[in-house]
Amino acid sequence: MLPTPSTSHVNYDQIYEPAEDSYLLLDTLSSASESTFLKFRFPFTTPSPLVLEVGVGSGVVLAFATANAKHIFGRSDILALGTDANEHACRAAAHTVRGAATEHTRSVKPAGIFGDCVVGDLATSLRQQNVDVLIFNPPYVPTETLPSLSSATQDKFEQDSHLLSLSYAGGHDGMETTNRLLADLPTVLSERGVAYILLCNQNRPEVVIAGILARPGGWRAKIVGSSGKTGGWEKLCVIRIWRP
Amino acid sequence: MKLLTLNFLTCARKTCKSNAAAFPLHPKEAELEQVETDMNPLFIKNILPRLDWEAMKTLTTELGLPNLPAETPSDEELATDGEPSQTAKDLHTLLMETSIQSGKLVCGNCEHEYAVKEGIANFLLPSHMV
Repeated sequence: MLPTPSTSHVNYDQIYEPAEDSYLLLDTLSSASESTFLKFRFPFTTPSPLVLEVGVGSGVVLAFATANAKHIFGRSDILALGTDANEHACRAAAHTVRGAATEHTRSVKPAGIFGDCVVGDLATSLRQQNVDVLIFNPPYVPTETLPSLSSATQDKFEQDSHLLSLSYAGGHDGMETTNRLLADLPTVLSERGVAYILLCNQNRPEVVIAGILARPGGWRAKIVGSSGKTGGWEKLCVIRIWRP
Repeated sequence: MKLLTLNFLTCARKTCKSNAAAFPLHPKEAELEQVETDMNPLFIKNILPRLDWEAMKTLTTELGLPNLPAETPSDEELATDGEPSQTAKDLHTLLMETSIQSGKLVCGNCEHEYAVKEGIANFLLPSHMV
């Protein structure tokens, strides 16, 4: 098993703590079937793939993908970028990714290349059709309302809980933020681009997949990883979205 | 923020996305920092085709850095006798080791200024601009 990056420096009062959903993404990306798919998709003779994690949080997933680039993508010359609406998360995630990449280089083989984490809304700050691998562990919990990206409060505790709410509160069906990203995919992904998006049962993954298959442009989507034994809302899956 | 990262970023406003003037963003009052990192020659070779060379030239000129070659260097220019050439080393220094520590990034289309503080750029827009 590949090591999980250290996030011991991360302040979980204001940044989402790695949990089952994060680990499902790690397991899915490093699974035999996905790494085979990705190696075939990004042959090492082609330009370096750009790997973007949206809502990078603690950075554990991006750090894992960067450190284990050779295992996952079959090449270490990938460029990793992250975005998050939470500036603290960007800072912490950069620390996590750098740490994991250094650790990996020291003990095994070359790791992928980390660029930066930038503060922003989803992938809106990225140039169009440049992202080759997009990873998103969205705020997927159904909630009455969707928190706004900025908070006016000066109270430290309220600021922290607002930042945390951004990491999980997904509004109607837990899909409001994910739907915005799904709508942007054609302008964000490159022609060879692939997206991995985590969903919970209440997001109705089968409806999400049907919606993507119904789009013009030959989009494909399927479940490539799942966890949770019960049928409750905590049952999680990762869908892969791509154009063959 | 590394200069390499700037090659992949643009103005976050929807109305600017498809406008050529929104890329590259223009640094303003930029404080640069130089941090030494190990070079990965394979990465330099394979990231080059992903760079908008004209944009990188604009960026280096605006930052007062040494001029880049007129055209994207070829694979042959990146290695001498199997070792990274000076050109490859210079590119590594520019892309991977030079970063903007503080300052602003200005959109050439809408002129909105994005702040860079402690090496982290902020692309969140005020709600009236989204």
